[in-house]
Amino acid sequence: MSLRVGVDLVSVSRIKESIDSFGDRFTGRVFTTGEIAYATSAPDLAAERFAARFAAKEAVVKALSLTREGLNLREIEVAKHADGAVELALHGDVAAVALGLSVRELSMSLSHEGDNAIAFVVATVGTSREQAP
Amino acid sequence: MNERIRKILKDHARLTKTMEELTDDADLYQAGMTSHASVNVMLALEGEFDVEFPDSMLKRSSFESVSAIASAISELGS
Repeated sequence: MSLRVGVDLVSVSRIKESIDSFGDRFTGRVFTTGEIAYATSAPDLAAERFAARFAAKEAVVKALSLTREGLNLREIEVAKHADGAVELALHGDVAAVALGLSVRELSMSLSHEGDNAIAFVVATVGTSREQAP
Repeated sequence: MNERIRKILKDHARLTKTMEELTDDADLYQAGMTSHASVNVMLALEGEFDVEFPDSMLKRSSFESVSAIASAISELGS
């Protein structure tokens, strides 16, 4: 078993600039409908919620080394549960890459302070055979 | 085409160098372009050249230099 990590830092104000400049073209290209619904449910917090989610996607990109292939960022989703917990959900080609890397678990931590949003992702990688005693 | 690309990079890439300092083959990520800025560049390019980048082209190598961007846009038929 081994660990792969990724971290990304995003400026909240620059995410807001992207939304102001490109509107739905930006959000629709990067975020899932669920992420958009959650972020925009509190308009005053939308930019920082989008920023934290953007950072999470990029942290996954780094942890799984996804920069060489074409990438649909909507295939990396920050899912929000009713109890407030968040977790990563992978879809489509990104999920297939994770399977190919034998990713068993993805853990994530999000934080924001002022103009900065940060995400830290840890991927636990290994085969079940390596797990055996 | 390269001058139009350079104008977009100047407006959206948030580079730490001026476009005049960068050759067409200079690495834009080394010059400070973040992944977030590269999304803005992509969206601006789509508006300027009336193209749409498919997911298969949303990779680091498509946006790493002025030359790479020009090749990508040519591939898209603009």
